[in-house]
Amino acid sequence: MEPIRTFNGRIVALPINDIDTDQIIPARFLKVTDKAGLGAACFSDWRYEADGSPKADFVLNKADYQGAEVLIGGHNFGCGSSREHAPWALMGAGFKAVISTYFADIFRNNALKNGLLPIVVDEETHKQLISLAQEDPSSSVTVDLETQTVTLPDGRGVPFPIDSFARHCLINGVDQLGFVLAQDDHITAFESSHPGRVQTVPG
Amino acid sequence: MTASTPRTLFEKVWENHLVQPETQDKPAILYIDLHLVHEVTSPQAFTMLRERGLKVRRPDRTIATMDHSTPTTPRNTAGIIPVIDTMAAAQLDIMRKNCAEFGIPLYDLGTENQGIVHVIGPEQGLTQPGMTIVCGDSHTSTHGAFGALAFGIGTSEVGHVLASQCLLQNRPKTMAVRVNGRLSAGVTAKDIILAVIAKIGIGGGTGYVFEYMGEAIRELSMEGRMTICNMSIEGGARAGMVAPDDTTFDYIAGRPHAPKGADWEKAVAGWRALPTDDGAVFDNEVILNADELVPMITYGTNPGMGMSITSAVPDPDKLSDVSQKIALDKALRYMDLQPGQSLLGKAIDVVFLGSCTNSRISDLREAAALIKGRKVADSVRMMVVPGSQQVKAQAEAEGLHEIFRAAGAEWREAGCSMCIAMNGDQLQPGQYAVSTSNRNFEGRQGKGGRTFLASPLTAVAAAVTGVVTDPRELSN
Ligand code: SF4
Repeated sequence: MEPIRTFNGRIVALPINDIDTDQIIPARFLKVTDKAGLGAACFSDWRYEADGSPKADFVLNKADYQGAEVLIGGHNFGCGSSREHAPWALMGAGFKAVISTYFADIFRNNALKNGLLPIVVDEETHKQLISLAQEDPSSSVTVDLETQTVTLPDGRGVPFPIDSFARHCLINGVDQLGFVLAQDDHITAFESSHPGRVQTVPG
Repeated sequence: MTASTPRTLFEKVWENHLVQPETQDKPAILYIDLHLVHEVTSPQAFTMLRERGLKVRRPDRTIATMDHSTPTTPRNTAGIIPVIDTMAAAQLDIMRKNCAEFGIPLYDLGTENQGIVHVIGPEQGLTQPGMTIVCGDSHTSTHGAFGALAFGIGTSEVGHVLASQCLLQNRPKTMAVRVNGRLSAGVTAKDIILAVIAKIGIGGGTGYVFEYMGEAIRELSMEGRMTICNMSIEGGARAGMVAPDDTTFDYIAGRPHAPKGADWEKAVAGWRALPTDDGAVFDNEVILNADELVPMITYGTNPGMGMSITSAVPDPDKLSDVSQKIALDKALRYMDLQPGQSLLGKAIDVVFLGSCTNSRISDLREAAALIKGRKVADSVRMMVVPGSQQVKAQAEAEGLHEIFRAAGAEWREAGCSMCIAMNGDQLQPGQYAVSTSNRNFEGRQGKGGRTFLASPLTAVAAAVTGVVTDPRELSN
């Protein structure tokens, strides 16, 4: 994965609480066997009419917000199904970060594995960002993963927490699976001292 | 930590599986005893293995099934379940190829052990106390009913487990969910968990592993405990656990993958050491009284929007928090419901009895006992979808399918079915369903469809009356 350090992106607000992954990408789009094309189906049921035409009043369809890269969601973003298709779809739709007051655990993990940043901010900052996005579609924020700060248009830097290992991997382009596989000796030692409970392969 | 420090069930299982402990800047490396795989969340993980020239480290601790995108329509005259959807057919084919190439045992569509991934693990005796179990599916929490640490993972993590049998994990916090007292007639495990979620909210368990305890939990069957652990994720918790006891051991004994003979005695002795020690500390606690519980139903578009079936739909204007008010308002508009309205008497179109929450043999027995001698209302389509081929065979051996058919319900093949609208079973826009599944999100059961989550008994009561009905009014 390409290292991520800092970027500036325009913001768009979808201030709805508990946005579940079935909304981010409905199940009927999960019959794919790769990751391509999911961006077009992102928020499909909120974004399109029954005949497939875009709903004019849905914020992500508005001309002013095209190209936004930072999504401000409501509390508890990404709850529900574990589908990693959700971060794939959001990234396919052009997002590099989602900002909320908190994220569902599995979504947060999945997002970090793909380099979509789940940024947690306090309620006040969250409200301010929503207003900024709604009042001026040209508003942007700068996300700096090294210093763990998101800088608002007024210059205020807001620190955000992020899993330290995930951050290290994202900044340095470290491959997490490679890291685990490098522990092969430890895994093998564990296996020899912990005989398996079940054996799924007959024989 | 010394051996004498009292530990919770979670802590024991967690510590038993540490290949490497968590440090300041690195997560723990946790060993996984059992990896369950299904067709929807695995293809991209196998592609990743292939791209990197990796093998599956432990195919002997991995099992695959087909459940999500599979049709549940009756078999053709050749005994085959036809897959008409070409994308689903391609996905199932890829699952077959991946399992063959990487040496993973597969319960193929329609074969005797196939079924919903969270039904087959326990049924085969693969799910055992003290294990770590993962699957690319959030309802993996179900397996925690046996005192296993079981949780859902994403597809990248599916790839990690396939390649290394390990996961990078930060240690979660623990929450005791105490359910005191005893359930009254007509009130079930499903009502307990819907009440827990209504109390703590859909995000209330974020960051936690639940341990369910108390008299009401102890008295539940394994199926009831699975129903409860299944919906831990609807309360935001990745995992939910119940301490193993004789009920657990009796359920496992004699199943195909259960330990046998001297191994069984040894295993049980180990399992008896798992329950939370006296004096062990949880990070948080929530208490519920089962005596006060009545049948529950959801009215909104997330599982936290639930209430007792005799209550009125809440009023957004009475909420002080603006974002909650907006959320409830949006939900009621989607559901086309009014604040203050009772759901009792609300006409419904479909009843779905199935899903990994409520499709086990005991669910079907309870539902069959209530529907026997009654008829599904003319205005209602009722689908009964057993959780696995084994459940289906058992139900048929007991004649339950005849009871459902005589009542006018559809008896279908095993799978996720209308829990997740991606296999042909779905609601039409605007339809109302009473569903025994676990998610009432917008469009979850079909675009524009509206879901009331409830117990199998409440589902039957709605099916035979055509309207939302308190099942206690129907009791035999
Ligand atoms: S029955 Fe529903 S919740 Fe359970 S595994 Fe299938 S789709 Fe997921």
